[in-house]
Amino acid sequence: MTKRLCIHGLAIAGLLASAAVPASAADTITVASWGGTYQEAQTKAFFDPTAKDLGITIKQDTTNGLDDVRLQVTGNAVKWDITELGADECARGSKEGLFEKLDYNVIDKTGINPKLVHDDWVGISYTSVVLIYRTDVFGDKGPKTWADFWDVEKFPGRRALSGSQATETLSVAALAKGIPIDKVYPVDIDGALQSVDKIKGHIDAWWTSGAQAMQLVKDGEVDMASIWNGRAGTLKKSGAPVSFSFDQGVLTADCMVIPKGSKNKDIAMKALAKFVSPDLQANLPLYVDNGPANEKAFETGKIPPERIKDINSAPENVKKQVLQDPAFWRDTLVEATEKFNNLIQQ
Amino acid sequence: MSLASASLDRAVEPDRALNADSLNADARREARGMLALLSPGLFLVFAVIIVPIGWLFWLSLFDESGQLSAANYARFFEQASYIKTFVTTFKVAFTVTGACVLLGYPLAYMLSQLPRRAASICLIFVILPFWTSVLVRTYAWLVILQRKGLVNTWLMDLGVIGQPLPLANNFAGVVIGMTHIMLPFLVLPLYASMKTIDVDCLRAGMNLGASPAATFWQIFFPLSLPGLASGLVIVFVLCLGFFVTPALMGGGKVIMWAMRMEQTTSLYSNWGAGAALGVVLLAVTLALLGLFQWLLGTRATGVWSRR
Repeated sequence: MTKRLCIHGLAIAGLLASAAVPASAADTITVASWGGTYQEAQTKAFFDPTAKDLGITIKQDTTNGLDDVRLQVTGNAVKWDITELGADECARGSKEGLFEKLDYNVIDKTGINPKLVHDDWVGISYTSVVLIYRTDVFGDKGPKTWADFWDVEKFPGRRALSGSQATETLSVAALAKGIPIDKVYPVDIDGALQSVDKIKGHIDAWWTSGAQAMQLVKDGEVDMASIWNGRAGTLKKSGAPVSFSFDQGVLTADCMVIPKGSKNKDIAMKALAKFVSPDLQANLPLYVDNGPANEKAFETGKIPPERIKDINSAPENVKKQVLQDPAFWRDTLVEATEKFNNLIQQ
Repeated sequence: MSLASASLDRAVEPDRALNADSLNADARREARGMLALLSPGLFLVFAVIIVPIGWLFWLSLFDESGQLSAANYARFFEQASYIKTFVTTFKVAFTVTGACVLLGYPLAYMLSQLPRRAASICLIFVILPFWTSVLVRTYAWLVILQRKGLVNTWLMDLGVIGQPLPLANNFAGVVIGMTHIMLPFLVLPLYASMKTIDVDCLRAGMNLGASPAATFWQIFFPLSLPGLASGLVIVFVLCLGFFVTPALMGGGKVIMWAMRMEQTTSLYSNWGAGAALGVVLLAVTLALLGLFQWLLGTRATGVWSRR
């Protein structure tokens, strides 16, 4: 009740003075992300500095993705003011009208790839799907490209691909056919499916979570796999005999949205503006392997030069990778995923 | 009905004819009273079971644009993966139930024959796994069964096998993991029912010259059937909705219905897509329970019992 009164007060004061009202410490917003080390990194990189700057309290929660947002919005029980999603989820949720419009007078979009700047969602960070292989099996002569991964004669061994992220597996399947990285999108879905069909008999596990992909590689259950770069980096740091690179990686973006019906929309907007600002974006790679969505972050001087080469969204590395197109999957995801499932679920 | 009460019934017969009306009125009043006492419970069942299931069914009839449609059900036939998943689910459920019976029956029999104290100690070992989370137990099985896991390493070191056995990330892994989790659900009701079997019946059989095997098959086994049937039904129904173990042990190659529901719910923007899967599973499960009921008799499933 007090919160609602407070917002009312803010709105009226805003109307009267037609000027930004400084947020009071009593203002609280709730931000949901994926949890784990990633959210811990976001806390240090984005949430804590923003809370301090704006003088607000940022509460945190974890999300399972678009279902959660849909449940809150359609059920009229929105408890988050900002939430993170995968970019294709943002594109789909936007089509369903689940998000508040973003105000780009408040949020500065300079430096963010235009493909990740939309009316009601904005990019926040990048994950790459990379090819990892075990060096105790292949030495340094392991599979380097997806065509190598598909070549079961030249590179015999056990393989794992993502079974839950059809979009990512179809993207690498297209690369395996020899399609150059700038021609992968729009994906020829039937062609990519044929490519999956060729390899599916040699796949020993279709992973459904990042942790599972990591476990499969770590325990030697498979010799090569597609994996998220954050997980791959963790494996390497823990001393596992693995190698990976950003060559032919699939760059997938994460985004942030304000769920429709958020009670603290205006403060959330200001907080979101902070999250995507180059200054805070540059903090993210200091704590985690997910690269900043704002390329101006690399110009802040905060990121040590020797670290830049390991960041997936550094301009040098972006050139080597395919940028997954959220708008493409918005319209094709359902059909493509069903076809993909038909193919791999026996 | 014993002889004594039957003769009593005959004795009161004329009286009952005389005051039949008031007796009936009494019976009706009593029934109403009982209903009133039951009503909080009935209301609860209605509110938390009947209404949500009805709602689930209702939701399953709408497509993404909110129009009444059979699209959610038509999908099962348009996309081959749904039928495959459905068949896999029942294959896993039957295999796990079978494995549980093979392992659980001898175990429960042994427990029921042990002295009480020894039996209670052994029972603790049966119940112990309940105290550990399903997730932890499943990961433990992964460590034991995977290619470079304990079993394969030992067998390879001993020279028993040359190639690692495919025990994890496939059907076998799912069945092993789920059997371990389901076993207590079979053993406990079975043990309870075996304990109530009168030893005198067995002795009488032996006395009349039956061999131990004949005594077991002709007396003990039939008497243990109700317990076996209820354990079987519990295990089977739990298997049908299982998620964690197949998701982790199946290596993405053994997709069960619950996993399919999760995928479908996140793929489609209407709840109906997932709801339809729930409705189908519920309907098939009820049909199967009906079949069990018919095959195994009233006491087995505890539903529709006319007492």
